[in-house]
Amino acid sequence: MQWETVIGLEVHTQLSTQSKIFSGAPTTFGAAPNAQACAVDIALPGALPVLNHGAVERAIRFGLSVGAKINSPSIFARKNYFYPDLPKGYQISQYELPVVAGGSVKIQVGGAGNEYEKTIRLTRAHLEEDAGKSLHEDFQGMTGIDLNRAGTPLLEIVSEPDMRSSDEAVAFAKTLHSLVRWIDICDGNMQEGSFRCDANVSVRLLGSDRLGTRCEIKNLNSFRFLEKAINYEARRQIEILEDGGTIRQETRLYDSDKNETRTMRSKEDAQDYRYFPDPDLLPLAISEDWVNHIRTMLPQLPEARRSNYITEYGLSSYDAGVLTSSKEMASYFESTVELLPIQAKLCANWIMSEVNGRLHKESLDIAQCPVTPAQLSLLLLRISDGTISGKTAKDVFDAMWRVECNGDADLIIESKGLKQISDMSEIEKLIDDILAANPQQVSDYHNGKEKAFNSLVGQVMKATKGKANPSQVNDLLKKKLAG
Amino acid sequence: MLNSSLQQLSALIAAKKISSVELTNEFLSRVKAQNPVYNAFITVNEEMSLAQAHAADAMIASGQGQPLTGIPIAQKDIFCTKGWLTTCGSKMLSNFISPYDAGVIERFNTVGAVNIGKTNMDEFAMGSSNETSFYGPVRNPWDITTVPGGSSGGSACAVAARMAPAATGTDTGGSIRQPAALCGISGIKPTYGLVSRYGMIAFASSLDQGGPMAKSAEDLALMMNVMVGFDTRDSTSLQRASEDYSRDLARPLQGLRIGLPREYFVEGLSSDVASAVESAIAEYRKLGAETVEVSLHNTKLSIPVYYVLAPAEASSNLSRFDGVRYGHRAPEYTDLNDMYQKSRAQGFGAEVKRRILIGTYVLSHGYYDAYYIQAQKLRRLIAQDFSEAFKHCDIIMGPTTPTTSFPLGEKSGDPVQMYLSDTYTIATNLAGLPGMSIPAGFGSNNRPVGLHIIGNYFAEAQMLNAAHQYQQVTDWHIRIPDTLNGL
Repeated sequence: MQWETVIGLEVHTQLSTQSKIFSGAPTTFGAAPNAQACAVDIALPGALPVLNHGAVERAIRFGLSVGAKINSPSIFARKNYFYPDLPKGYQISQYELPVVAGGSVKIQVGGAGNEYEKTIRLTRAHLEEDAGKSLHEDFQGMTGIDLNRAGTPLLEIVSEPDMRSSDEAVAFAKTLHSLVRWIDICDGNMQEGSFRCDANVSVRLLGSDRLGTRCEIKNLNSFRFLEKAINYEARRQIEILEDGGTIRQETRLYDSDKNETRTMRSKEDAQDYRYFPDPDLLPLAISEDWVNHIRTMLPQLPEARRSNYITEYGLSSYDAGVLTSSKEMASYFESTVELLPIQAKLCANWIMSEVNGRLHKESLDIAQCPVTPAQLSLLLLRISDGTISGKTAKDVFDAMWRVECNGDADLIIESKGLKQISDMSEIEKLIDDILAANPQQVSDYHNGKEKAFNSLVGQVMKATKGKANPSQVNDLLKKKLAG
Repeated sequence: MLNSSLQQLSALIAAKKISSVELTNEFLSRVKAQNPVYNAFITVNEEMSLAQAHAADAMIASGQGQPLTGIPIAQKDIFCTKGWLTTCGSKMLSNFISPYDAGVIERFNTVGAVNIGKTNMDEFAMGSSNETSFYGPVRNPWDITTVPGGSSGGSACAVAARMAPAATGTDTGGSIRQPAALCGISGIKPTYGLVSRYGMIAFASSLDQGGPMAKSAEDLALMMNVMVGFDTRDSTSLQRASEDYSRDLARPLQGLRIGLPREYFVEGLSSDVASAVESAIAEYRKLGAETVEVSLHNTKLSIPVYYVLAPAEASSNLSRFDGVRYGHRAPEYTDLNDMYQKSRAQGFGAEVKRRILIGTYVLSHGYYDAYYIQAQKLRRLIAQDFSEAFKHCDIIMGPTTPTTSFPLGEKSGDPVQMYLSDTYTIATNLAGLPGMSIPAGFGSNNRPVGLHIIGNYFAEAQMLNAAHQYQQVTDWHIRIPDTLNGL
């Protein structure tokens, strides 16, 4: 039997407002417990919520960048349940009329070569407040409550069940992650919980058009966990079904230590949240003027940028996708290619492999890259004008990374004497010497042994300490051998 | 002095014939002497009141006095008051010292009024007799064997028994007007959104509205001038140009069209109340007003609609009282759920629990559409009745309550009978309209009757004018119980 996995995601993004969604308390991460909780956040008797329009503005920005409908009016609703870190006994969220309705996101799935594009539809995106934190350690049999996070603005983005593999789910999550940072509504910091996913996973026989019973896996805060949790969960469900069992609808938690999901609560234990419109907050009217104003302030979106790169610079769809994974990355690429427009592919390759590889190795952000786009473009210019080989360039790049010679490629090439030998007569003389010293290889070559040629090239390169231009050496050597 | 109007007290203070400290001391001794009889106050704090009085005297000395500077005002214990015990009439908050001031309290502080004490009330404002208070019932000064009404029963009693010249109240379904009527004083619930709800402990957010209670319409106008105003901390607060609510008091009533709702003068209305109200209407005709019959078709639906919506909101509003951060926590419990259950079971009284249960039920999956959504639709119809009626009249009048005050304990075992005492007042809250009650004579056993005045949105000045003109030609509002003679 062939099974198909069906996945929908709910992504909680913490919005980058200075203050909370319904109070004036700051949202800075890492303050002393309860230092950032005011009367509203503590839910003192009589305290009332006041909507932070910065949060609405960010939700609209998101809606516009995914081609969604902006609802007006939009309604805030109370989701009622008791928990110690939920001070009011209800969470202010949105139920029937979220700010953002519909929309879609295009994702690129798979690596270079076997990639494909897919459109994932969004159901909605709604504003809500985060809860506080319960601290179970350090209190000897008691629980500590930290309400600093209570009231932090979240935008919960809900997708349709349009994904069919963990790869697609991860691609979707990454695309959203990049988008929310691109449009500057969320810092995307997953360690601090600014971006976390719940995955709804079900399986069905391939070809079936009915959805299977789903399980929701809560609070996945890394792409790797998202991938592993989905894979585990799909396998678990398939095994149950193949053994003739049925899936129970439930909420599950992913244990990254054991790489498994386990029951948190079943549908029967699901609470009745008794949603109803919050009478403390009037229906939110969003004027067309406001929406239009926000539209004009939106940066060009990654999707548009990506297709520009393909048409303007002739990049592959995969490369264009990597280079538009963040606004900083795109701007690094653009600043580099601007100085070297005819070598766009070379720029792209270098940024994706050397620059990115190095950043990744040292856990740096592209904004912290010690090599500036201008410095990089000079280095690449020296490759393309034949001053140095690509191989030598990597050594120069290393030196630039260490900020030797102020990162100036020319000075580094000069000081290390790395300039390629392009003086034909000098190379010719070297080749003559080597041919004379290696009669065996010469005769092997004439007997059709390709290897012998490579060995001769190698010897020439060695003799020039790699400073000869390999293609020049190739041409010359062939000419000499021929005759 | 104790019988003086705000206007008179203000004049005495401005003329420096009496200091705020003297006046405050006078009322404090009156409270000390009388409160054991009436139980109108939950908290009296002489030290804090006198500190405010001293500050007020300094304001006056520096020429910054305003009409209510230095005047003692009783504050309903639903308003969070910094440094004061703020209980909302509940055991749940019997240990809660508020760390902040409600918007209304701030406004009184700004003008230098003196807080003379926090008044008793039905628990979380849920009740019509003040019998649901954790702090025990309040007595009606006209007959201490009867109830003062509720939920602002302590405030009504404090004014009626001359323990405070004026007080604040809140009104979700009649909680200012019904006790005003039963205690023979004046009270007004403004248009929803005029008085800040910030720091006013929520019962039913879409219906709650603070307002003043005093001896006369003239005094209510002075109180309104302080209480009304935009507050950015309350999203339902309305931003409007400020008004002087005294401006129209003297205007003659010639040509005023008074609407008399057919549905307010039918079965259920006791005859003594009916005849007092009819006499009052006759008085208005003498003052040049015309009367027209209007219809509020959906009047009968008010109580059922209210008892779906108000408990629904209350069930959620009262969820914050969980024993976690403040308020009552059960001394012993086994786990988290047990802590919630015991704390709330111990902290809330029977009526509050009943309403939380009703509210939880009507919001539950499967019942929401049938109850909550249906009630919201009917709420709109009830509001439409009023806009239709106001096409034919300027102001609506009727009885505030179906009966005069009733004996303690008479209805406390029968919630439906109790709920019916708000028959005439609830619809105005559902519509968000201003409503008012003024003394209009006495029924059997010499118990006060209230005349209910309903205005259109933002018609408070007009309502106060109508009330004041009536109070110029009648003396019901200055009558005091025999037991108070000699003040």
